[in-house]
Amino acid sequence: MRPIHSKITEIIEESPNVRTFFFDTQFEAAIPGQFVMVWVHGTDEVPMTLSGKNSITVQKVGDATSRMFELGIGDHMGLRGPFGRGFTIPGNGENVLFIAGGVGAAPIAPLADIVKARGIEGRTILGSRCCDELLFRERFDCGRVDITTDDGSEGRGGFVTDQLAEMDTSDYDRIYVCGPEIMMYKVFEILKARNVHVKTEFSLHRYFKCGIGVCGACSMDPEGLCVCRDGPVFNGGELEGSEFGHYERDSSGRKCHF
Amino acid sequence: MKIAGIELKNPTILASGIMGTTGAALVRMSRNGAGAVVTKSIGPVPKKGHNNPSMVELECGYINAMGLPNPSYTGFCEEIGIAKSKTDAPLIASIFGGNATEFTEVAKGLLSSKPDCFELNVSCPHAEGYGASVGTEPDLVHEITASVVDAVDVPVWVKLTPNVTDITSIGRAAESAGASAVVAINTVRGMAIDIHSGYPILGNRFGGLSGPAVKPVAVKCVYDLYEALDVPVIGVGGITCPEDAIEMMLAGASAVEIGSAVHDDTQIFEKVNKGIDTYLQKYGYSYTEDITGLSHEMI
Repeated sequence: MRPIHSKITEIIEESPNVRTFFFDTQFEAAIPGQFVMVWVHGTDEVPMTLSGKNSITVQKVGDATSRMFELGIGDHMGLRGPFGRGFTIPGNGENVLFIAGGVGAAPIAPLADIVKARGIEGRTILGSRCCDELLFRERFDCGRVDITTDDGSEGRGGFVTDQLAEMDTSDYDRIYVCGPEIMMYKVFEILKARNVHVKTEFSLHRYFKCGIGVCGACSMDPEGLCVCRDGPVFNGGELEGSEFGHYERDSSGRKCHF
Repeated sequence: MKIAGIELKNPTILASGIMGTTGAALVRMSRNGAGAVVTKSIGPVPKKGHNNPSMVELECGYINAMGLPNPSYTGFCEEIGIAKSKTDAPLIASIFGGNATEFTEVAKGLLSSKPDCFELNVSCPHAEGYGASVGTEPDLVHEITASVVDAVDVPVWVKLTPNVTDITSIGRAAESAGASAVVAINTVRGMAIDIHSGYPILGNRFGGLSGPAVKPVAVKCVYDLYEALDVPVIGVGGITCPEDAIEMMLAGASAVEIGSAVHDDTQIFEKVNKGIDTYLQKYGYSYTEDITGLSHEMI
């Protein structure tokens, strides 16, 4: 598909470095965890998971996102998608746990919306570096929310893994995780030790070139799965013994260890 | 089947630039039925490629300008080693350079990882100083091919660009320099523009067209090369089903490479192979060699 010329209709400043952009293009059929390729005209095109049917939530980290932060309401970006495999939608009566770190709350928030709307009980561990960077707290209002901040400015001081380590996770049917890869890997290790990692789903991030599962730039060792097409959401069982938590590849294909 | 110096498991080959970034991806494609796999094009130094968008699906095919991203030959030997250790499908290393010296440096640099064959990319349409920039000159193609053939002890194939007036003159240059086969075609120069913003859609502004739109161009090039050369022709361009592969073989292809079609079906190799077998059986042929170039006898 060609990029859909999409107008920015609203911008919410979530934190000094994170903004949510709303568009006049709705991805009604999108499943939480799926992504769109966001074309910032004249700069680059980058993958962004949808934080809503018509929104992306962006952390300012590079050229494309910096350029996005210069755009205002009425400006346009090109959107292609939705692409990839999203999260499994929990069934009624299932117990779910959300574990989100930083801007990793963005892909999980639409899932929490669904859980809330269906009256399913969902518990959340929501972490960030400091209280200013806690994202979408109110959207996770579908059960208990445990907050952690690295600097202790709100909730428990420390990491989401500190909270997780003290929790009994045996009763959860599904555990959804997104955040920095190191955080996700620590979560994976804890849950694997408890042998519940097959109940988990992780949303991964890799360098995407084509975004449609052809070029192989985002393929993961050792199975050659494409994060853009076979993911970005993977079951914990699929990630066992993979490069997850160990390395990723840069735009030239060279390995970069975490 | 032995074609152009290597023993293929079947006549469908993964084309260069598709799922060829890592050894694991190549192994995956061979497990999906590819008779051989071609790596992404590897050059003398690491390259990050063009900015995105670098590949977009259009109404008639795909347009791409990746910009030859690669970790250089020093960074890629490990990936070839992984692919070689985990599959018995022949591995063809696609390489590029700006001149004969660079091509030869890359080929020699990859030799330790034991590729079964080299495919010289003198045809990428959107990398300044590389690819088609050198592949449109018969003398340069001759010089590059001869230099690599001299330096390695495995077959050398040359992948040709259709963006020339006469592809057979380039094919002859490759053949006379010692190429074991020519591969036709690489993508056709093209461009797409977003009419709402006015911006060219690719980060590089223009690129190469692949997919169904280019198949008739590829069939004509294969047909012409089959007439003009003695070495085998490997057909590539827009093959999405068994019928496409058979058409390419009737035009003169000894084997086919499949690229963009992996988008719609990662099992495409298996599907095309089964279809070819059914066709051969239906019309009473024993081998694909029996139908290679058959359409030339119909006039």
